[in-house]
Amino acid sequence: MEKILQVKDLELSFNTYGGEVKAIRGVNFDLYKGETLAIVGESGSGKSVTTKSIMRLLPEESAEFKNGEILFDGRDLTKLSDKEMQKIRGKDISMIFQDPMTSLNPTMPIGRQITEPILKHQKISKDEAKKVAIDLLRLVGMPKPELRMKQYPHQFSGGQRQRIVIAIALACNPQILIADEPTTALDVTIQAQILELMKDLQKKIDTSIIFITHDLGVVANVADRVAVMYGGKIVEIGTVDEIFYNPQHPYTWGLLSSMPSMDAEDAKLYAIPGTPPDLLDPPKGDAFALRSEYALKIDMEQQPPFFKISDTHMAATWLLHPEAPTVEPPEMVIERMKKFPGSRYYEGSAN
Amino acid sequence: MARYIGKRLIYMFITLALIATFTFFLMKILPGSPIASADKLSPEQRAVVEARYGLDQPLPVQYFDYMFGLLQGDLGISINQFKGADVTDVILSRMGPSAQIGFQGMLLGTVLGILFGMVAALRQNTWVDYGSTIVAIIGISIPSFVFASMLQYWLGLKWDLFPVALWKDGFMSSVLPSIALAMFPLATAARFIRTEMIEVLGSDYITLAKAKGASGSEIAFKHAFRNALIPLITVLGPMAVSILTGSLVVEQIFAIPGIGEQFVKSIMVSDFSIIMGTTIFFSVFLIVIILVVDILYGVIDPRIRLSGGKN
Amino acid sequence: MTQNYEKLPHDAFTRIPRDTQEAEKISKPSVSFWQDAWRSLKKNKGAIISLILFGLIVLMSFIGPLISPYEPNDQIITHANLPPKVPVIENLGIMDGVGTLGGREVDMYELKNVEQNYWFGTDGLGRDMFSRVWKGTQVSLFIAFVAAAIDMLIGVIYGGISGYFGGRVDDVMQRIVEILTGIPNLVVVILFILIMDPGILAIIIALTITGWTGMSRVVRGQVLKYKNQEFVLAARTLGASDTRIIWKHLMPNVLGVIIINTMFTIPGAIFFEAFLSFIGLGLQAPDASLGTLINDGYKLIQYQPHILLFPAVVLSLIMIAFNLIGDGLRDALDPKMKD
Repeated sequence: MEKILQVKDLELSFNTYGGEVKAIRGVNFDLYKGETLAIVGESGSGKSVTTKSIMRLLPEESAEFKNGEILFDGRDLTKLSDKEMQKIRGKDISMIFQDPMTSLNPTMPIGRQITEPILKHQKISKDEAKKVAIDLLRLVGMPKPELRMKQYPHQFSGGQRQRIVIAIALACNPQILIADEPTTALDVTIQAQILELMKDLQKKIDTSIIFITHDLGVVANVADRVAVMYGGKIVEIGTVDEIFYNPQHPYTWGLLSSMPSMDAEDAKLYAIPGTPPDLLDPPKGDAFALRSEYALKIDMEQQPPFFKISDTHMAATWLLHPEAPTVEPPEMVIERMKKFPGSRYYEGSAN
Repeated sequence: MARYIGKRLIYMFITLALIATFTFFLMKILPGSPIASADKLSPEQRAVVEARYGLDQPLPVQYFDYMFGLLQGDLGISINQFKGADVTDVILSRMGPSAQIGFQGMLLGTVLGILFGMVAALRQNTWVDYGSTIVAIIGISIPSFVFASMLQYWLGLKWDLFPVALWKDGFMSSVLPSIALAMFPLATAARFIRTEMIEVLGSDYITLAKAKGASGSEIAFKHAFRNALIPLITVLGPMAVSILTGSLVVEQIFAIPGIGEQFVKSIMVSDFSIIMGTTIFFSVFLIVIILVVDILYGVIDPRIRLSGGKN
Repeated sequence: MTQNYEKLPHDAFTRIPRDTQEAEKISKPSVSFWQDAWRSLKKNKGAIISLILFGLIVLMSFIGPLISPYEPNDQIITHANLPPKVPVIENLGIMDGVGTLGGREVDMYELKNVEQNYWFGTDGLGRDMFSRVWKGTQVSLFIAFVAAAIDMLIGVIYGGISGYFGGRVDDVMQRIVEILTGIPNLVVVILFILIMDPGILAIIIALTITGWTGMSRVVRGQVLKYKNQEFVLAARTLGASDTRIIWKHLMPNVLGVIIINTMFTIPGAIFFEAFLSFIGLGLQAPDASLGTLINDGYKLIQYQPHILLFPAVVLSLIMIAFNLIGDGLRDALDPKMKD
């Protein structure tokens, strides 16, 4: 498959009054054409910062690239000038934000907000742009789009506004669409509609999507591949099946165990103890070790490298080292692993 | 919206009626006779004078006469300063200079203030920002009469750029007082626009505009400016108050024949009917401005426009 | 992946038990709201300099009249209208006792045969401006602080009751405030001064008669905002009394805006006092406040600018300092609050 975006050894810090916050500490991943990559992790894990740094939307006074590159179309996005970046934003890479209630300009009719990127990036007349905008609104399922072009954001519901934001993002047929928790601020029923819409649209326009979320239920629904982030690093990355049914990192185990499950009889919800690491002064070894019941002595000393499990699956945990003791994952995870061919607990076809 | 305006109008009338009543009775309980020369008059002469101004009537009659007159725009008759002249006429005759310096001051202040605030927000934490912040702090802090005295001393007396005082040289006479009055609106607008712009620039829809590929100037002017400017309407009220308060002293300092200067003079010679009339005139002016500002805000901001008034 | 982890010591892979205590430990030291506010205030140079400046002005307002050899109201007619003269600084060409007389620059002290130095000069009645300015500062600050304290007291109680009890009580109380705020402050203040004997008391009453409405509005808004939040509901569910909820749960949250608002009422009161004195409605001679001193000085601006200069500078410094302290506190206590 064709790689459309490569993030290599990305390190980024925020310079704050308190000191240097190492928000991203060496992130590597590739995005393939037409796939949906989900990035999951708790607040502060660096998932939003990673994608905002791809778009270069972080405040330039405080955010600083320390190392690494972001390759898109043969160019390193971390080194482009503002002008060059403006030509990419909204045209090749576009973004959907978390809160549709605040991400539209309250004093501009939505029609103008949709035609803005079209007029900016394509050489077409205002009238044509308007037609494109109406088509886009129809595409995202807005009834009577002609009548609604002149209306202001406050005249739309939250779900409708998110549809408008999606229409803006799709206006120039981007190659990459970054969705930063696009359903978190919405009601559950609306969430499902928006997810359906996004899946539907991806089929129609063949764009690659980076989907950021902390909701594993959403991940299972939309993603082809999943990257799990913790403490400014990716700790495990693999296909959606590999992550859900053959997870290797204790943090991924914790995440899966804390997800409510339909078929678990004694539905006891698990909570990962402790708090995320302080990125002003990140731990020397494995950032998750302090919260993990599977911690090894070496976790306190050295950061684990990535161990390959399959061609598509990697995890950064010392537990995968040949000399490491074999540990028993939580029961809920074992139950899942039983269904995955190739895992140590595989029991044959689950059906 | 109509209901909202109606409600506001009713409040306005209640407030004005209260102010008028309050002012009227205050003037009645003030020590001394409203007639300045009362002590020198014989009882007969005094009765004649009192009868001329309706002061011999029982208090309730005087009160209703006065309130009824107000409804017709009659603010009473000056007793001491302009023997027998209509207070309304006195005020109207002095409105020109006051309105001119007030309007010029307001215009100069807001336009420059918006400019300063915009530049400061767009060039945050640079010397432009610090400079404009210092100007704003000084403008808010230094009282208009201190500032006016300084202008008069330096630009008028020392450097002789503008007339020191009096209303004789047309526009040139209005320059220094207008600048003195402009300081507060300038500072208020600059601070307000700066804060507002910074907040708007940090909002999600600006990030979205950036994500669309909009350039720095497109973001500043197409997206941020309008959103930052609309709420400025809410401080137009306080600005108008400052212009009015300032006019009392600024007109005094520059010897401008305006309403403010007249008001201070009336206080000195205790011309009660002019004090009352001017008080009510000022109240009407300020209350109407605040009402207009609120309605205007509802009309201009699309978020409020259709939801029928703000809370 | 370039690390050579083959050479790791053998016991590197022994498991270690999870220290739950350690895991639950909050990695950052906890900082209370007030500590945090103080920290960010300390970073605000303008506010800190203003705080020091204001401290100095207050100090001077008390010791200034004492260190001057002259009483604020002592008149020495032969020493009238002397420009300022300060030893040492006089060598710089300023404050050297030189004034203009008939268009020529002359050392007024020599001319009038004055041995002593008047640091801020003297006024038309030969009174020492140095002690008068600091005495006036004292009076102005006193008026402003008392007025602000009264505004705060009435405003907090009124706004607190209105917001906390809500409903009918709130409706009635708010209608009253709406009408009161409809009356221009300027008008009320002037009318009240007219019916009372001019003086400190009259000015304080005039300033507070409608001044508290601003504070009451802010407090009401905050109480309304917080009283329905979960932590208050939780306290209520646990059976906390009204008094306890108000003092333990609401007050700490409202305190920030009360402080900020007070920091802005004080310069407002100082301004109004000076304003009233300037239009002749303030203190009566021989008492002096910064406003009356400016008024006296203004009359002689053409010939004796120093009489205007010193009180005007002190007044302006106080106003600037207060606005900067207020701004700093606002940023420190409530970064989101704008008005």
